[in-house]
Amino acid sequence: MQKVVAVTGNEAVANALRQANPDVCAAYPITPATDMMQRFASFVSNGEVDTELILVESEHSSMSACIGASAAGGRVITATSSQGLALMWEMLHIASGDNLPIIMPVVNRALSAPLNIHGDHSDAMGARDTGWIQLWSEDAQEAYDNTIQAFRIGEHLALRLPVMINLDGFIISHSIERMEYLEDKAVEDFIGEFKVVNALLDLDKPKSYGPLILPDLYIEYKRLQHEIMSRVKGVVLDVAEDFEKLSGRKYGLFESYRLEDAEVGLVIMSSAAGTAKDVVDSLRVKGIKAGLLKPRLFRPFPYGEMAASLQNLKAVAVMDRADSFGGYGPVFMEVSSALYGSSKRPALINKIYGLGGRDFLPAHAEETFLELVDIAKGGGIKTIKEYIGVRQ
Amino acid sequence: MKKWHELVPGAVILEGGSAVRFKTGSWRAFKPLWIKENCIQCLFCWMYCPDMSVTVQDGKMTGFDYDYCKGCGICALECPGKKGNKAIIMEEEGK
Repeated sequence: MQKVVAVTGNEAVANALRQANPDVCAAYPITPATDMMQRFASFVSNGEVDTELILVESEHSSMSACIGASAAGGRVITATSSQGLALMWEMLHIASGDNLPIIMPVVNRALSAPLNIHGDHSDAMGARDTGWIQLWSEDAQEAYDNTIQAFRIGEHLALRLPVMINLDGFIISHSIERMEYLEDKAVEDFIGEFKVVNALLDLDKPKSYGPLILPDLYIEYKRLQHEIMSRVKGVVLDVAEDFEKLSGRKYGLFESYRLEDAEVGLVIMSSAAGTAKDVVDSLRVKGIKAGLLKPRLFRPFPYGEMAASLQNLKAVAVMDRADSFGGYGPVFMEVSSALYGSSKRPALINKIYGLGGRDFLPAHAEETFLELVDIAKGGGIKTIKEYIGVRQ
Repeated sequence: MKKWHELVPGAVILEGGSAVRFKTGSWRAFKPLWIKENCIQCLFCWMYCPDMSVTVQDGKMTGFDYDYCKGCGICALECPGKKGNKAIIMEEEGK
């Protein structure tokens, strides 16, 4: 039985964290943190979880405390957003390098300067090379479902990797949506008991974390880290299969929407994918063969699978809600890398949209699709990278 | 040397006390020397040494373990000596 509720994305994710009943949560209690951790703190105060809540003086400290608690042998969570994630940077690499399965929802928001608090992918996109698994969510339901699956993925004995669950700031985190909660017992059984690996708090078998590794071994450890990351795709698919049996909701490495016979397509993540799907439907009515691909697992990136899904299209626009100044958008870089190895591949353009919480409107998706139709007809690519909805 | 697939994920060291195999004495640029006649056996050197390189027997300072002493000089700095004369002084290596 699932319970239908009307909640914000933050409330939904906090509830998933409650259902996972972590041992330790170390969080920074004020801005840039969102109300997600405030809600989780209420669960702790009300005795609804067995979690030790540590309120720290910065996000650098919150991740540091999480690393200590995870190495000690506990199930550990935190959450952050924008500048908070930026302040964690140094410790993000340590969490992944130490193979610690810390689970962290990230409410995606813009980075300063100029100061802005709204929805944008710059924070987590910047953290894409920190060695964390990244799952991205279209709505509150997917953010909740991804959070529950993240425990199974990160804590899998073949991985033991930290997982970032991304949800759009305000659009998902603060908007109320209809969604379904799984029962507490069902989530508890699905996630299972935390399995302790190499616990520091095992006094009979002393261990050390974070040793000095010099040039004679460092690259070998990094090669091993890459190997462990390469196992993630299989685990994500296995966990998704089990989750579908439990919830009836199907997840993959990415979602293909009307892509099979499409000629023009968008690659677009998170909440804006919902808007773009509506536009795909209306274009289909007009006879335009439009489709959409919504990435879900961004790290590790499913290059081969994505190339297979996109190679037969004529023209594709990769949409980025983050920028690399002097470079292409981060999703574009990955999609073009994925397609380079295909003998057949679509014309590819990059659109930067929605920075700092600018609305992504159906008209923006439609305008992009019409440009793709023109390119598909042989009209040629005018500009590879362009900004959507910028006043000029 | 180990190959990458033979390593422990997360670079975790699965045993205690393994630092004893990592001798750091060669890092030293200055070497502490013990002048026994100035020593009042306060054991400040033993307490302050970050590398457990001050050797003590039956509660008495007996010298230094040069396999691990990095030559930081904390012992010489903290040494009160006797009547203004230090019991530990630092001397440049290779002199």
